[in-house]
This record gives sequence, C-alpha cells and structure tokens, in this order.
Amino acid sequence: MLRSRTFLIVVPTLLVMALLPLGVGGYILGLLTLAYYYAVFAMSWDLLFGFAGEVNFGPSFLIGVGAYTAALLNHYWLWPIPPCLVAGAFAAVVAGAVLAVPALRLTGPYFGLVTLVAVLLLQNVLVLFAGITGGEIGLDLPDVLSIDDNTNYYYALAFMTVSGAILFGLSQSPVGLILQASGQDAIEAAALGFNVAKHKLAAFCISAFFSGLAGAMLIFYLGTASVGTVVDIAVGVNVIIAAVLGGRRTIIGAAVGSIFLIGAGEILRPLGQLSTFVVSAIALVVILFFPGGFMGRLLQAGGRE
Amino acid sequence: MTALLEVEGLTKRFGGLVAVKDIGFSINAGEILGLIGPNGSGKSTVMKCIMGIERPTAGQVKLQGINVAGWPTHRIARQGVGIVFQHARPLHRQTILEHIKLALLPDNLLMLATDHGVTRQAEEIAGRVGLSGVMHRLPRTLPFADLRRLELAKAIARNPKVVLVDEPFAGLTSGEVADFSALIGSFRAEGHAVLLVDHNVKSVAALVDRVLAMYLGEKVAEGTADEVMRNETVRRVYLGGKIETAARPEREGKDRTPLLDVRGLGVLYGKATALEDVSIHIGEGEFVSVVGLNGAGKTTLFNAISSLVPYSGTINWRGETLAGRTPGAIARGGIVQCPETRELFGDMSVRENLDLGGQHLPVATAATQLDWLFGLFPILKSRQGQAARTLSGGEQQMLAIARALMMQPKLLILDEPTLGLAPVILEQLSKALETLRQTTDITVLLGEQNVTFALPHADRVYVIEHSRIIWEGDPARFAEEAGAGYL
Repeated sequence: MLRSRTFLIVVPTLLVMALLPLGVGGYILGLLTLAYYYAVFAMSWDLLFGFAGEVNFGPSFLIGVGAYTAALLNHYWLWPIPPCLVAGAFAAVVAGAVLAVPALRLTGPYFGLVTLVAVLLLQNVLVLFAGITGGEIGLDLPDVLSIDDNTNYYYALAFMTVSGAILFGLSQSPVGLILQASGQDAIEAAALGFNVAKHKLAAFCISAFFSGLAGAMLIFYLGTASVGTVVDIAVGVNVIIAAVLGGRRTIIGAAVGSIFLIGAGEILRPLGQLSTFVVSAIALVVILFFPGGFMGRLLQAGGRE
Repeated sequence: MTALLEVEGLTKRFGGLVAVKDIGFSINAGEILGLIGPNGSGKSTVMKCIMGIERPTAGQVKLQGINVAGWPTHRIARQGVGIVFQHARPLHRQTILEHIKLALLPDNLLMLATDHGVTRQAEEIAGRVGLSGVMHRLPRTLPFADLRRLELAKAIARNPKVVLVDEPFAGLTSGEVADFSALIGSFRAEGHAVLLVDHNVKSVAALVDRVLAMYLGEKVAEGTADEVMRNETVRRVYLGGKIETAARPEREGKDRTPLLDVRGLGVLYGKATALEDVSIHIGEGEFVSVVGLNGAGKTTLFNAISSLVPYSGTINWRGETLAGRTPGAIARGGIVQCPETRELFGDMSVRENLDLGGQHLPVATAATQLDWLFGLFPILKSRQGQAARTLSGGEQQMLAIARALMMQPKLLILDEPTLGLAPVILEQLSKALETLRQTTDITVLLGEQNVTFALPHADRVYVIEHSRIIWEGDPARFAEEAGAGYL
C-alpha cells in the first residue's frame, strides 16, 4: 500500500522532471543537474544512516575518492569517461571498505569521528600534492560528459532515477529489513542469527559505490575536479543536511532535500551572503521541530495504523 | 536423555569484579530450568555469556556437545540458541507480521525478495502467540503484552534448540502471565530446552522443572522450586537471617500533615505498568521501609518522588504538591535520593565526591557535616584521597549515603543499599543506619528486598508486590502476617 502511494507520487514527479527541458532555460537545468548529483550523494548517505544506523560524517571522503580517481585517470592517462567512472566507483568502494572494516568495530560516536578524520586526511593529501592533483585550484579534465545543457540534464536525471530505484528497492527488500534491525538494535539482530558487521559493511560499500560514481559523474559534468566541489567538509555537511531535511530512512526524501537545498540557495541568491544563513535556518527549524523531515511527515500522515 | 545445553565452569570477570564464578548446569530437551538471583547476582551475565553477547573469561558452553563459548552472537544463534529479550525495541515502520518475517530470513546479502511460504509461516506463528488480529498493525499502536508476544514469536520463528527467556513475566497482568506460561510450556512440549532467568523463585515456580539460585556470581542452590525455596542459603539471601525489629512508638503529632504524602500514584513505562494506585505517607522523623522483591516497583516509587519519571496521582511534600518541580528543586527542597546504582563520580576522590554533595553549604557548616560523617563512616576518612571507582562495593555504598547526607536532607531515600554486598558489610551499614536513627531527627525512606536489613530500623513497613502496596504495618507484625508469602 505504502509502496503504491510512493509510486503514485514519484512517477508523475519524474515525468514532470523529464519534460522540464521543454520549458525552462539552460541556467535552471544546470542547477537541477547539480541537484540531481547531490541527490545521489544524499540517498547513499541515507542508506547508511537511516538504515544501518551509522552516521557517516564524511560522505565527501567517498565522493572525493571517486571523483579524483576518475579525474586523475582522465587527466594523465586520458582514459575515456566510462572506464574512469567505473574506476572511480570501484576506488570509492575499496577506500570505503578499508575505512569501514576497522571503524565498524568502534561503537558510539567513534565511527562518525573516523569518517570525519578521513575527509580531512584526503583533503590534506590533495592539497599537499598540489603538483599532481591541482590542489585547491583543481584539475582540468580533457573530457566532459556533454556540452549540451539538455543532454547533461538527462544524464543526471537518468542517473538519479536509476540509483534512487536501486537504493530504494534495496531499502524495502528483506536485506533492507535486516539492515534496519541491525541499525536499531545490533544485539537483537545478532541474536536472530544475522551477522551485523557483514550487513553494515555491505551497506557501507553500496553507499560508497553510489557516492563515488556520482562524484565521478559530477566532475565530468563540471569539467574540473576541485577540493571545494567534491571533498570539502562543507560538501559533506550539505549532503547530510539535505538527507535529514528530506526525511531520514526514506531514501526518496534525501533526493527531495537535495533539490530543495540547492533550489532554495538559488532562489535566495539576491540576499547575497544572507541566503546561506536563511537556508541553514530553515534546515535548523525543520530538524528541530520535524525530525522526520519532509518525507517523514508525508509518510507518517498516511502511515499504516 | 542427552543434555542439549551444558554449561561448565563458566566464569566472567569485568576488570577486577568477578560477575560469574564457576557456574555449571545442564538442560535436557523438554526441560525448563529457572535461573534465579537478586539484582547483581550475575544471572543476566550467565545468559549473555551463553548467547555470546558477553565473552566468557573461562568455561565452556556446549550445545549438543559443541563448545560455542566465545563465538560471536550470530553464529551461536544459528547454532540453535534463541533469546527472548525483556525489553522489546521493535522497528517503527514495520508491521508485526514483517517483524516475524525478519526473524524467518536467512543471513544472506542477496535476499531481495521473499516467497509466499515465508509469509504463510509468519502468519502461522502470529496465530500461535495470539497476534493474528493485530499482525498488520505497527508496534507503537499495540499494548505492552502484545510486544512481548512479538518477542516470543521471533524466538519461535528461529526454531532454536535452546531458548533463553529473560524475566518472562515482568510488567504483565496475571491473565497475561497465564498465557505466557502456556506458550513457554509449549516450548517444553516440543522438546526445546528452556532457560528462564528471573529475580525470584515465586514467579517461575509453577513452570520450571528445576531451579538454580545464584548470589554474588556463585551458585547457592539447585533443585526443585520447593527445595530451593526451603534452602537455608536462599532464604538468607532473600530474607536475610533472623528478623529483629525495634519500632519506636508512634511519634507525637500523628494527626499533623505528614512530611511526605503519596496518593494514588501510578507510573507507566511505555506500556508496562510499573506502579498502580500506590499510596504511602511518612511522618516527620519516621523511619519507613518499603520491602519488595526486585522488579516490584520500589525504585520506580522513589524515582517518582524525586520527579525522575512522569506519574499520575499526587505527591505532597509538607502539604504542598511536588508536581511541576524539577528533580533539582526537589533535592534542594530536602528530599535526597541515594539511588541503588550509587551514581558516584568514579574518577573523583572520596573527598571530592563528598565536597560536591556539600557544595551549597557554607564552608563552616560543610566542615562540621564532613566531620560528623567521618565519625559515622570512619573508613571513608582513611580513604579520602582514593578514587571512588577503586573502593569496594560496601565502601562505595557508604560513600553514596555519606554524599547524600552532605546535602543535609530532611528526607533521605535509600534505594536498596544492600545490593550485591557481602553479609559482613551489611552489619557495618546496619550499625551506621542505627546511629543515624538514634542520634538525628532525619526522616528515612528505605527500599529493600533484604527484610532482615530493612526491618530492625523501621518504625513502619510497606510491602510492595507486582506494582502495588499489598501490606502496611509495624515490623513486629510483618513476620507473622506477610513474611510467609514474601518469597
């Protein structure tokens, strides 16, 4: 029942999104393209936080590893885009696993702290080896996905739709159920015979895969990889705010939150510096008073009693 | 008949504390063993060691001859051990049926869809535990007993050879207790081995084949429920030894407003009833004991008085209601609770703990108060510089009481001060309480399960059982009227 409800909301929305290029200009399309990549970041993050119960304070570590792996391969070895994307996603999974295997042994806030430190490390490495990585200025890429706004828009929309469908489907599957149980009460899940560490690690790797892939797609859209766009702590914070704003444990909410966050930032641009403040204030109010987020409210109102 | 579960020489240490010492027992197929002991006796630790939630320091846990001690929990679960937790923490967005399905799933990362067989099986199990009517509802809309049924359903779904049940009847009404007994009995009928962990023999006596009683980490008795209830050591652990009483004559001014007046108090923990219609009163200068077994509701009563839990009913302090006051305001108003968990600042020294208690006093008064307390508990004087964490259990208890007294309370609430203490320490504590009672006009409310400790000082006694006050009177009458049915 819930599924069909979600379906009824999502499908028309996607249709409207697909028809947008017919009616709006290149500038707004560019903005939405960016928002769709953010949506994938946020949805991957929600799988980890909302379902596995692990707060990853460093989503931009996974995004950055994926993005820079792809960027370096393209810049120095002139690999074509598709293998660069595959390599980026794969590198993010490997880096994520290397980080998660020891970090998941820790309990409480320590997992989150490890992920936070990982971002700082990555950022430092990129800046230290500026000769190779381009440092804070960034690394130019010889290839871009497309120079056409519409094509870029459809790439991003298709990517978000497919990633979202996979992540959402996973969250509703038996594996998602086990994951939720592990996140909420690891001891009870283990007592039911589930290897909690295995499921959480799998969730982390899936989250890393989509984060890394989206990171790599994003830089090929932008034509340049820079610390400020894919690694900086602020990027990670935005991803987290988007996911929480949209609604924890809903996957779709994370996408809604991302589009809202980027859209609101743009609409409020005339306010200048103040726009960031206003967006942050809205986020704070929603988190404080509606911890369920946008989608959380929506789903709860129609929840099964 | 072969034993399904065999535990041998099981020992668990937490740092210097030996929580479980050389415990051994076996359970056959189709047998129910009750593992009982007061709080802190180590019974829960035994259960956790079997399930792999805690790693045993030494000893063996054999499941049909295979030693699983030290295995991770999920492997022990798959080997055939299931547990029914006391506190259910269900998922919020899944229905009851989905919860049962969860328990039926294999530990497989590639399970992306379930077949109809699983759903049918889950429905059958829901029917068996009496959840058929509510299986499409969300857990938060269900009463407490149904959530406990859900825990049972999950255990049934795994079809374990050995079932561990933690406090099967906590928070249930008598009708529900009968239902649960029948369900647990059905485990036995199907040839499972069942371990029931509970505070006392009484609640599980009708169901168990054998009972093993633990105290301070060691086995004190084993046998049928009757044998264990008659066992000298067990009686001493629960009741203490010979009961002595020394009630003082009723204080003057009996008709005045009591210092503390609790009327129609009710407390719910989520959906579980923790207290029901409890009324007690305490006069100025009185020493009142509330006795009851673990889980009867003593701590909840004290926490309600200190406003640490929400309650219904009224609590009046010197004729004025305490409703709406913060725990801090109540403590400053003169009601100081010394909790059963002691809540000492472990890394601070004895002296620092005491100074914190006397923080609001003028320096000179604090110094006098400290001197007086060192007179009452001489051992604390010699331990002043030592970190509270490193004290023995008895010394910690004394420090907790001393710190409470530093606040110069009008009413001192002592929650189970004897918890986990050796008999010799009890005597010292008992002497200190008696001095307190003889030399000061302090009012004391003592919650205890150990009757021998609670009665000698008491002017009046309340007996609390299953969330209600069932008896009130002077201690001399307790032995004749209430003592027999107590254990």
